[in-house]
Amino acid sequence: MPEGVLEIDRISKRYGEVVALRDMSFDVRAGELFGFVGSNGAGKTTAMRIALGVLVADAGEVRWNGRAVDLDTRRRIGYMPEERGLYPRMKVLDQLVYLAELHGMSTNEAHTSAENWIARLGLRDRRTDEVQRLSLGNQQRVQLAAALVHEPDVLVLDEPFSGLDPVAVDVMSQVLREKAAAGVPVVFSSHQLDLVERLCDRVGIISAGSMVASGTVDELRSGGVPRLVVESPTTDWTVTLDGVRVIEKNGTRCVLELTSGVDDQTVLHAALAAGPVHEFSRHRPTLTELFRNVVTTEGRSA
Amino acid sequence: MTSARAVSLVAKREFVTKVRTRSFLIGTAVIIAVLAGYVVLQSVLFDDQQRSVVGFSGQATQLADPLQEKARAFGIDVETRDVTTMSGAEQQVRDGSLDALVTGAPPELKMIVKGSGDEVLTTALNDVLRQQVLVAQLAETGKTPQQVAESLADVNVAVTALEPVDPQRGQRLAIGLIVAALLYYSLLVYGTMVAQGVVEEKSSRVVEILLATVRPWQLLLGKVIGLGAVGLLQLLVISTVGLGLSSAFDVIDVGALGGTALLTGVLWYLLGFFLYATVFAAAASLVSRQEELQSVLTPISMTIIVAFVAGINLMIGSPSGTTVTVLSLLPPFAPILMPGRMALGVAPAWQVLLAVALALAAIAAITWLGGKVYANAVLRTGARVKLREALKI
Repeated sequence: MPEGVLEIDRISKRYGEVVALRDMSFDVRAGELFGFVGSNGAGKTTAMRIALGVLVADAGEVRWNGRAVDLDTRRRIGYMPEERGLYPRMKVLDQLVYLAELHGMSTNEAHTSAENWIARLGLRDRRTDEVQRLSLGNQQRVQLAAALVHEPDVLVLDEPFSGLDPVAVDVMSQVLREKAAAGVPVVFSSHQLDLVERLCDRVGIISAGSMVASGTVDELRSGGVPRLVVESPTTDWTVTLDGVRVIEKNGTRCVLELTSGVDDQTVLHAALAAGPVHEFSRHRPTLTELFRNVVTTEGRSA
Repeated sequence: MTSARAVSLVAKREFVTKVRTRSFLIGTAVIIAVLAGYVVLQSVLFDDQQRSVVGFSGQATQLADPLQEKARAFGIDVETRDVTTMSGAEQQVRDGSLDALVTGAPPELKMIVKGSGDEVLTTALNDVLRQQVLVAQLAETGKTPQQVAESLADVNVAVTALEPVDPQRGQRLAIGLIVAALLYYSLLVYGTMVAQGVVEEKSSRVVEILLATVRPWQLLLGKVIGLGAVGLLQLLVISTVGLGLSSAFDVIDVGALGGTALLTGVLWYLLGFFLYATVFAAAASLVSRQEELQSVLTPISMTIIVAFVAGINLMIGSPSGTTVTVLSLLPPFAPILMPGRMALGVAPAWQVLLAVALALAAIAAITWLGGKVYANAVLRTGARVKLREALKI
């Protein structure tokens, strides 16, 4: 039986005529930060809501440790919905204690844990203020505390970084890393791809309701068609090589795309034979480039 | 975590949050103040009506005691005063500190009043005067007045009442109306509060976090129980203070009548609240913003208002009439009309039991249906959810 694994197994969801999710599958393992990226309307929020049981999937299953998630296991998930939600007229401390109790903690545990997270997230001065009196940034911190206060076994966060100032982004990143290091699978969605690239162990790119690419950042970046960056005075030598195409030229610098099977050493020899080479490297696309690539291809095929 | 714990956590939050609000404290205080004002006003009015101050001057003074006795027999209280100067006494009649001034000597007696004299008082005075004259003339015939009086004492008309008047009818009606009014207020205010709570959770989106850990019906039930308890608390505080004030000021003979009314009031509050709260909650779950709330609540509020206004009028007119009897059996109207009729003492036991049974059946049906609408609609934000869509699945 798998331990500490959240599996999303071929879930599908339609809203009337609109297909929101189509056979979406991925898993998040213990101690792993999983980044979930995709353009607006790709289905990220729908997938998370289904994982939390807030929505019911038309098909497919969400499993925790190999067993279908039910209300009791769901209670052990920490959730931050895309649409932030707290009682506006409830005090910060009361609110966190209430949510901790609703997630199955005893009153004492709930108080201890709420105070703990309030201190941890720098909200001690505001603990008896009504949530509506807090700045948006502080409301976000309370929202994170609300997801963490019951010491969940899994974290599912929808856009946790949106609207945070740089300090809060650091606090949030640190908390998520710590949770992952403590063996909690963490899955979050974000549009800040550089952040996802820096933070996540694995990334899933979702488009039009399906997972189109997933893997470690390294895997994703080195996957696909191999590309080379070469800096040499001329590119004329490339025409003599089979399976090599110039896809970008910028002064003396060019990006080459190789058909699979072409040895990059052959390319290097050809380039040296033609003149001096100042740079020769494997081109690794950034996550942003990958994402743009995936989304535009999918957009065209759809 | 058990369902009971989830429901009780939700209920506790609703109760504590609401009881702590300033609006609850102020609202309760205002109602008690209005009630106290009404009770004091009533007692002052009663005092005024039943007490007449009559001034006597000169030889008329000898009629003071007989008049007081006679008036008591007629059910009015007369306070007598001796007056010395006529002009001063007339001034007192004008400014109202004397209700009447009696002067002269029998049989030439005069009564001076401000506007039109109190009929009962005039009749009593006439009786007293005639008796005085009678005694005087009897004295001339030789029979002692005592002999005549004794023979007269046994002569009475035997009265047979075809429809005996309940001596407590006035009080019963007052209690019935107060109970109906309190229930009307509680159902409307606390029903609306449930609706506002549902929309608050929906518009602030906190409902999504809540529903990730509790089921919709647990959230709904907890909310209804919590706010229902707040309403019950307020109802009990108001009733207790009201009954206390009434007995302190002697407005209503509280005792058994008040106690029974309180019990039936609580019973029907519970039935009515569970019936209406789920409907309020289901209606509220269809909209996403407080501004849209009024439009979905209007039909429900109107039902309660119609039940109250029409019911009160019918109840005062003919509490046992067919219309009011039938209405008081039907679940939407029973919580307001039946306790009123029970307080009036015109509802037979079988009608009460039938109304309770119908109300319970309606609660079961409404809770099931309302719970379904709520569960389907509460997570759908944005445009107003159509009732037909919410009933699907």
